[in-house]
Amino acid sequence: MDNFGNVNKMDNNVVISTRIRLARNLKDYPFPCRLNETGMNEVNEKIRDALLQGNSAIAKDFQYIDFEDMSDTMKVSLVEKHLVSPEFISNTKGRALLLLNDGTVGIMLNEEDHIRLQIIEKGFCLEKTYDLADKIDTLLDEHLSFAFDEKLGYLTQCPTNIGTGMRASVMLHLPALKKSGAMNMLAGNLNKLGLTIRGTYGEGTASEGAIYQLSNQVSLGISEKAAIENLKNVTIQLVNQEVKQRETLVKSIETKDTVMRSLGLLKNACLMTHKEAVNLLSNVRFGICAGLIKDVDLEKINDLITEIQPATLMTALNKHLSPKDRDIKRADYIREKLK
Amino acid sequence: MKCQKCGKENANTHIKTIINGDYKEYILCGECAKEMGYNNFFADMENDFSTLLGSFFGNTLPARSQATHCPTCGSTYYDIADSGKVGCADCYTTFIDLLMPSIRRIHGNTTHCGKKSFADRNSKERIDVEGVSKDKQNNNRSKIADLKAQLNQAVEIQNFEEAAKLRDEIKSLEDNNG
Repeated sequence: MDNFGNVNKMDNNVVISTRIRLARNLKDYPFPCRLNETGMNEVNEKIRDALLQGNSAIAKDFQYIDFEDMSDTMKVSLVEKHLVSPEFISNTKGRALLLLNDGTVGIMLNEEDHIRLQIIEKGFCLEKTYDLADKIDTLLDEHLSFAFDEKLGYLTQCPTNIGTGMRASVMLHLPALKKSGAMNMLAGNLNKLGLTIRGTYGEGTASEGAIYQLSNQVSLGISEKAAIENLKNVTIQLVNQEVKQRETLVKSIETKDTVMRSLGLLKNACLMTHKEAVNLLSNVRFGICAGLIKDVDLEKINDLITEIQPATLMTALNKHLSPKDRDIKRADYIREKLK
Repeated sequence: MKCQKCGKENANTHIKTIINGDYKEYILCGECAKEMGYNNFFADMENDFSTLLGSFFGNTLPARSQATHCPTCGSTYYDIADSGKVGCADCYTTFIDLLMPSIRRIHGNTTHCGKKSFADRNSKERIDVEGVSKDKQNNNRSKIADLKAQLNQAVEIQNFEEAAKLRDEIKSLEDNNG
């Protein structure tokens, strides 16, 4: 069954999720780096009221979270789910989050910009995700005055984001391309196309389990539609390359052995570090997509990749654990899920 | 594997650092990692990034003495170049000549095309009740800018067939605009 509407299965084998981020600022306040706490609180209130008191249907599903009231574990868990940036939780003074109940939409307030609207959807659905971002943005725009310049577009604290203020990205599982050693070469070529490919948690992070983030780099002088189209086309090309490489890879007994061993370890191990778990889950994910494993659901593996991260795991279990206890609980959790 | 530092506990933290090009690798237990300040991986990121972004502006730093202040937020261009952060919307007007070279370097373009904020649309009465743009010429302009960006890319990857097609399309749109 296809869980992702009209997107075809091949894409879902490679594209784990789609993300759109829009950066916006209020015209009448300095950007967060020049804003004192009183100003930040005013900005928070204005944006919160604009969203929650608007007459839109979506408003009642948002909750307002003040970051100063949140536990550290829960904060890191939000990073692991890609709902907020690592930078956002490093200093929570004057910062808040508007979160949609199902966890797909987060609006960070007073991060690098007054508004960082972020939407994450499962699978490969750039247009649909952008449409939702566009709707929420328009809703906010109706009640707030955004900093906008006819020539430079939406004005942002960092000049890398001016113009559309949009960063569109897809999270890709590229085990075969990684194994073939093509990733480094690819990164250089993608740069020329105005795109960038990075590790799992964005800038400066390494790729664990062959999971990468591909996103647009340029936001000025290219419309949202064109940037998305560009990203979509390159993603499709990458998907095709990956699928082609997988066909070769899957024929070897060594690959099959790695996949089946990985599943065996996940189903039986009693201690499991995060790094080991991600790499084993990556192998199993590949095995399911390649048809080597038939009795495990792909969706379950996608969820596990998120759920077994240290802080997300502790949030789910609702207690703080030492690294060793965490490895025990993680192994328990995975065994239970794969029963 | 045992922790490199205390040699007693089992190691469960693998840290790789590159500081000013100096590569180091540590295998540590949780306690020692915490002691060395690696318990919060995100703590230092803000500083690192601002230095990184600051270097975008590095080449055009004016002398501190003749600094102009932004009338709205008080930033000088030195503040912006040093932190990589623009102080407020008006800084973009105050320091536009100084910022433009960096903007061009980052984006390869200097003119926005795409969604417009109501702030802009209302003042120029470009939209009717349904929110559809009446300013067709403006639409064309943003389309031309789009096509030009695509053209640059096509040339970059040496797809000359596509480039020729885009060039013709741009020309026909520009002719229509008069």
